[in-house]
Order: sequence, then structure tokens, then C-alpha cells
Amino acid sequence: MSRAAAPKSRTSAPKSRTSLAPSVAFTILALILSVGAYVIAGFGKRGQLPATSALYVTIFAAGYAGALLVTRVFAPRADPALFPTAAVLVGLGFAMIFRLSGGLAAEQATWIVVGLIAYALTLIVVRDARMLDAYTYTIGLLGLLLLLLPVAPGIGQTINGARLWVQIGPVGFQPAEIGKVLIVIFLASYLNQKRELLQVATSRFGPFRLPPVKHLAPVLLAWGASLAILFLQKDLGASLLYFGIFVVMLWVATGRAAYLVIGLILFVVGAYAGWLLFDHVQLRVDIWLHALDPAKVFAQGYGQLAQAQFGMASGGIVGTGLGQGSPGLIPFAATDFIFAAIGEELGLLGTTAVLLLVLVLVGKGLRVGLRAPDGFSTLLAVGLSTLIALQAFVIVGGVTRIIPLTGVTLPFVSYGGSSLISNFVLLGLLVRVSSGPLAPRERSARLGLVERVDT
Amino acid sequence: MERQIRKLGMALLALFLIAFVQINYIQVFAADRIANDPANAQRQLIAEYKIDRGSILAADGTTVLASSRKSPGALRFQRRYPHAELYAHETGFYSFVFGRSELEQSYNAFLTGDAAELLPQTLTDLILGRPKQGATIVTTLVPQIQEAAAAAAAAESGNVAIAAIDPSTGDVLALVSEPSYDPNLLASQDPKVVRDAWDELNADPEKPLLSRASDELFPPGSTFKLVTASAALENGFGPESLWPNPNELDLPLTDATIQNFGGGTCSGGSQITMADALRQSCNVVFGGIGLALGPEKLAEEARKYGFTAEAGEELVPFDIPWTSGVFPAPETFEGRDPAVAVSAIGQQDVAANPLQMALVGAAIANGGVEMQPRLVTEARDPSGRVIATFDPKEFSRPLSPANAAALTQMMIGVVEGGTGTAAQIPGVTVAGKTGTAQHGEGANPHAWFVCFAPAEAPQIAVAVIVLDGGSLGSEATGGQVAAPIARSVLEAALGV
Repeated sequence: MSRAAAPKSRTSAPKSRTSLAPSVAFTILALILSVGAYVIAGFGKRGQLPATSALYVTIFAAGYAGALLVTRVFAPRADPALFPTAAVLVGLGFAMIFRLSGGLAAEQATWIVVGLIAYALTLIVVRDARMLDAYTYTIGLLGLLLLLLPVAPGIGQTINGARLWVQIGPVGFQPAEIGKVLIVIFLASYLNQKRELLQVATSRFGPFRLPPVKHLAPVLLAWGASLAILFLQKDLGASLLYFGIFVVMLWVATGRAAYLVIGLILFVVGAYAGWLLFDHVQLRVDIWLHALDPAKVFAQGYGQLAQAQFGMASGGIVGTGLGQGSPGLIPFAATDFIFAAIGEELGLLGTTAVLLLVLVLVGKGLRVGLRAPDGFSTLLAVGLSTLIALQAFVIVGGVTRIIPLTGVTLPFVSYGGSSLISNFVLLGLLVRVSSGPLAPRERSARLGLVERVDT
Repeated sequence: MERQIRKLGMALLALFLIAFVQINYIQVFAADRIANDPANAQRQLIAEYKIDRGSILAADGTTVLASSRKSPGALRFQRRYPHAELYAHETGFYSFVFGRSELEQSYNAFLTGDAAELLPQTLTDLILGRPKQGATIVTTLVPQIQEAAAAAAAAESGNVAIAAIDPSTGDVLALVSEPSYDPNLLASQDPKVVRDAWDELNADPEKPLLSRASDELFPPGSTFKLVTASAALENGFGPESLWPNPNELDLPLTDATIQNFGGGTCSGGSQITMADALRQSCNVVFGGIGLALGPEKLAEEARKYGFTAEAGEELVPFDIPWTSGVFPAPETFEGRDPAVAVSAIGQQDVAANPLQMALVGAAIANGGVEMQPRLVTEARDPSGRVIATFDPKEFSRPLSPANAAALTQMMIGVVEGGTGTAAQIPGVTVAGKTGTAQHGEGANPHAWFVCFAPAEAPQIAVAVIVLDGGSLGSEATGGQVAAPIARSVLEAALGV
């Protein structure tokens, strides 16, 4: 990368529908991988074709085909690899969940269907990503509300030590999952509007040029909000995630490295304060450092991380094979620890595949950002991609003991309705940005799947 | 923003590279160490129970001591011990809850098919999708001798432990300790059954999980005179050497004395030969021999037979964990001359078990060469091909061939006209030595017998202990209680 300021040249979005072949081929590949993994898991588990296979194969085939159709009609110039990449992750996760529990798999299949519908609705409703730019503060407030909803007395639920759940009647969900996406939309919109202001540098801080103090306020505000999440909800992972995304988006929008440095300092201060103030944070750090300590390995909390290490190590390079290992010994194997369960049964090959698929998704997302025609769309794509990347790293790093474990889902892979549906909405937004706005003339020709429409 | 996005891409790539390095560490470089962590026992066991674990066979190669069969339960294979209690102390148990013991533990690599010799077989199983099959191990245990030993032990009302060894190879032909236990209970797939059985076995005051034949230690009493006599022979005192034969032996530095069994004087005059003293098992004479030799020479000879200075060390290697006999280091006798005399007759500081005493008998029988005890002769792959053989190994030479022959003659005298006449077998020359070991005030003595036969070309050495005198209680002697049991084992082995 040259130090000279790059010209603001941006390849404009292609004017015509992309070729049908790659997206169809990728989707078929995703279908084969998803269904294949599931069938193998069935054989590994019971030695026979699972009784539910016809149902699940139909769900995957119809779901993926439907998603492809909607994508072709409503996002004709979409990147052909985005949806299939996510679909492979979903399929791999489903096979693993099915292998762990038939009951959870049935629920996950339902969530996949709902998620695919959410994906389609996102593309159908959001014809142009810039539509969202008009509702900056509405979306921001809604996002904040969803984040804080579990704290509300009466409907908020504390599960596994963190206050993340909302229970209304029979329906329980984690509003923060969709809240995350809304916050990214808000940040993209807000930062795009304030970019010029935040870029102005008036003072110096060491080698870094700083904007006026009053423009630093948003950074401090976001920091405060992240700490509030940590304090009120005891959700370390989400707290780090929001702050990380905010700092990254701020830096991308302004190009001021000072924000990164200040963000890092605030992060360290916040993390240290959290460690000082909260027993459960201290415990997390101790578990991280001493998960395999013989004196502690059977203690509450240590065992699950130890089991994850044992599982991944037992898997080795090629894994035990789907249905052949003992991932059931890992607590929360279907949610937070699904990466370890994949590591046990699919080995290093499986974990590497997951990392590569997430990396492809993130890389594609950043590319979408680079090619987007306007600042808002660029920031939106970059923010959503960063969300996937950081969330995946927080949980993979936690499970593999790179960092202390904080419970978040592995995007598209983990069991969980709220997470899966939000991820599909996120994917829909990325696909929308990658395709560009749906032109009115295209809408009239939306059923012409094959002929090219020139605009 | 383009530049930042590209930098961001690189930074995120770097994060994922760190994750990639870490999973390589966990799943490749440190995988074995992490997977074999003791805390991971459960996963290791689940994986192990998917293996068609190899059988454990008797010396005849057909009698099955332990085998696996397909199970409908959560674990794919179920371990079975067709003879229940009979071989429990040798096979050990294979328990989902409490792990493995004895041969199940020490030959685990062969039984699970992990041994390098089985790699071609394992790869074939893997490619054909068959369950991994372990190797079969063939033991030295001879069913007919083991059964005879167990039957003779059962006929005696007291607790009995027996070891029988082939002197020329060290092969353990029988190893019996009663009470025993049924390893099938511990191999159950129902954790509750296993735990209940375990608790019951551990609560049992007779400790059935322990093998008295090889795990525990008892004073060997007069059978230890074989070691003292060996030390005397190796130090130039022949079988006809004359020793003072008083009514009792005054122990230096104390008022205590050593008396003969029953309190009398051994016949033969004021001086008798060592052979005569062994025949009559004279404590007074052998206490004197011990004092004359001193602790260094006694300890040196005991060490050659495999006795260690401290309990719990294992000087003689064996296929399953065991406890060697104990004879303290010579320096511990400093200023304790009486202890030397008492130890020379197998009391006080000296301890042994039937396996240790059978090794002593076998070394004398084998011309003075002590072979390592051997329990496993070979391992076979599932097709029956021998993939590993375990050859007999010499442990030591406690006696010269001439001295071994001399001591054999002395032991023949014991059976022909001494304390061990109950071990006589018509047509077979038996060499033996009795022992009646005191252990604690008021407790009935342990009755011992160590022997081998035929004396001219020994095929089997046997050591028997009957705890607390067995049916005869305080009146018991090794010659009365233990010798007949040893005789039945000899008869079973020699087919007479």
C-alpha cells in the first residue's frame, strides 16, 4: 500500500445482472456440503440414513433454491459467493447440531427456515441500502432499546450468568442479536454524516493528530455504553464486540489512527476495571489461564473449557468423523462451543474450513464495501463484515484459549434462533449492498430470470 | 476509506491467522499431550470401548480368561471374564468407571491395538470401516494348575495364597489368592452396579481386590532359612558344617532369647550340621548362623533373590504390579545384633509373599539361576499371527550350581524326614521347606510351605501361605497346613 493518498476512485457497480451460472453452482455446492455433512452425521450416529433425511433435505433444497431465486430477482448483481458461503457454514453447523441432538436440530431447522425468510424479506423490503440512511436516529434508538431490553424488569431473563434474554409469553429471544445489526446500521449512517467533522485534526497527541475534544465525545459515549452493557448485563463478549466495531468503523470513516490508539487505551482501562470490579471477569481470566491445571480442571467453569481442548485435541488433524467422537462431553457444544465440537469430529480440517469460510465471507464483505458507490453503503458493508469477523474471533479465540472465553455465537454455525435470524438479515444487507439498488425497470422485469436487463 | 478498509482486511486476516496457528497447536503439535491428559479419561474410555479389545488367554492358547463381545448398550463392547473370580488377580478388571488394573492395564497398548506391531491391521480396519481390533495376549497360566490351586485353597477354611513358577523360564503357572472378586461386576456398563460392587469390595475387611500372592507382605518365617542357608553356602559353609545346638540362643545386648518351635532342643547333639538344622527347622541354629554371617552377607544374598531394602520397591520386574520381599539394608542393623538373628529366621524386619518365596524356590531348583517371573509369552493379531514374543529373562544368580544342588539335597531331607513330610508324593522326589511365622501378639501364625519337584529335574516351584494358621489356628504349622496344599498343586502340575 502506498503512503500517497489514494484517489477516491471506486469501481462502480456493474450495470448488468451477473451471470447466473456461478451463483447456481455455488448454491448447489453449498447444498451438497450441507446435506452431505448431515447424512454422514446420521450414519456416524446410528449407522443408517437418518429417518428425518427426506424432511431436512427438502428443507435445505427448497430453502436454498428459494433464497437463490429471491436473490436473482431482487439483487440481480449480487456477489454470487456471499449467500453460498454463509449457506455452507449454516449446513456444517446444522450437521454438527444434528449429531449432538436430534431435538436441537429440529429447532435449528425451523430457525433456518425463518432465517431464510428473513433474508428474503430483507432483500424484498430494502430495495436500496440508502433507504436505511434516512432513519439514522430511529434505527439507533431502536438498536439501543433492543440492547437494553433484557435489563427491563419483568421480561428480562438471566441465563448462564448473563442477562441477555427477553421472555414475552412463550417466546424467548435475545434482542441484542438483532440490536447489533441495527447499531451497525446506525453507526454507518452517523459516521458517514459526521465524517468530515471527525476528520478535522487540531491538536497533536504524540505522533497522532487529534480532532477537537468535543468530537471525541462519541468515542467516550460508545465506551460508556459498552461499559454499561458490561455492568448491567454482565456480558463481557458483547461489550467488547460493540466497542471494537465502533472503534474500527470510526477509524475506517475518518482515517485517524488516533481513534484506534485512544480506543485501545480505553479498552485496556475498561477491561482492567472490569477485571477489578467483577468476580466473574476474574474467574473468566483464571479459567482462561488455568483451564488444564490438574488442581482446577474439574472445578465449575474450568471443565467446559478443558473439555473443549480435549475434544479438539482428540480430533487431531482429520477428526474422529461425524458421529464418532464424544462432543457431547463438551458443555454448550451446540452453541458457544460448536467450534470445539467441529474440531473433535472433523479435526483440524474442519476447524480450518470454518475459519476459511468465515474469512471468505468477511473478505467478500469488505470487498463489497470497497465497491459500494456511497459512503454509507461502504461503512455499512465494512461494519457488518467486521461484526462477523470480530464475533467469530471472540468465540473461536475464547474456545481455543487465545483470549478469555466470552459467550457469543459462532455466526451462522451455532445453534440459536435469534442469532441465526439476525445473521441472515445481516447477510441480506450485505447482498443488497453488493448488488446495488434495485432499479425500477428491473422490478418490472423481475420475473425474467435469464434475459439480461440493461439499464 | 479504501486504504483503511484494505488495512482492516489485513488486520482481520492476521487475527484469523493467529486462530489458525492456535488450532494447529491444539490439534497437531500438542494434540497427544492434551488428549492424554488424565482429566480426559472419560473421552479416552469412550473411544476405547469402541475397540474390539483383544482377549487374554491361558497358556494353552484356548482357555479364555478375558474377552470382548458386542454390546447393545451405550458402549459398543462389553468385557467378559468367563471364569469370574479364578483369574481376577491376574487379568485385573476393565471398568468404565474405575479404569484398568493388572494385565488389562499393563498390556493395554496390545489389547487396544495401539501397539506399533498392530499398525497394518489397524490401518486395514480403518480403511474397511471395521471396528478396531486389539491383539490377543497369551499368558503363562495353566488352567489345570490354577484350578487345582484354587480348589486346594478353597478346601482350607482359612485364607490361602499360592504362587507356582516354572523354574527354568520363570513362567507363572498359577497365582491364586483368596478371597478373590468377580471382575465382571466392575466391567458392567451400568455405573451404579460398578460403584456398588466397588464400594462393597473396598469395604470388605478381607480386601478381595488385593492379591495376597503378590501384592501384600507377610513374615516368611522359617521359609526364609532357605535364604540364610544360601548365604552360608555362598560364604563357604557347607551343608555338613557344624553349628552349636543349645536349648536356646541368647541374644546379645538383651535378655531375649530365640527358642526352637515348641521350645525343645533339636536332636543331634551339642553341635549339628546345617542340613540337619534345616531339616528340623532349628531357630536356635539358624539364628546363630545369621549372627555369624552378619547383616551385610544376609542382605546381599536376599538382594540377589529379589528382596528390596524398603517395602514398595520393585526389584524384580513383573508383568503386573507386585511387591517384592523386604530385607532391610545392613546399616539398619547397626547396634541391633538381636534383629540380625531374628531376621535370619524370617521374622521381625523380613517380609515376603508367595510369589517372592516361589522365586526363591525356583532359583534353587534352576541350579541357582533366578529367572524373572513371566506372565505373558506372546501377543497375536486378530488373525492369530504372533506379533510379539516375550522371552524368558534371567534375573540373578543367587547360588552357584554346586550350592544349589547342595541346598536341594537339604530341602529333600526336609520332605523325606523333617518338618515337611506332608508334601511327599509317591514316586516323585519333592524338595521343600516349611515356615510357621509369628506376626503379632496373640495372632495365630501364618503357615508357609515352599517346594519344588521333581527334585532331579524341577518342573514347578510352589509357595503357599495359609493366613493365621487356617483351620488349625494357633496349633498350625507350615508342615501340617500349607504342605498338603502345595502337594496338590505339585500333583496337578506333574499329573500324578
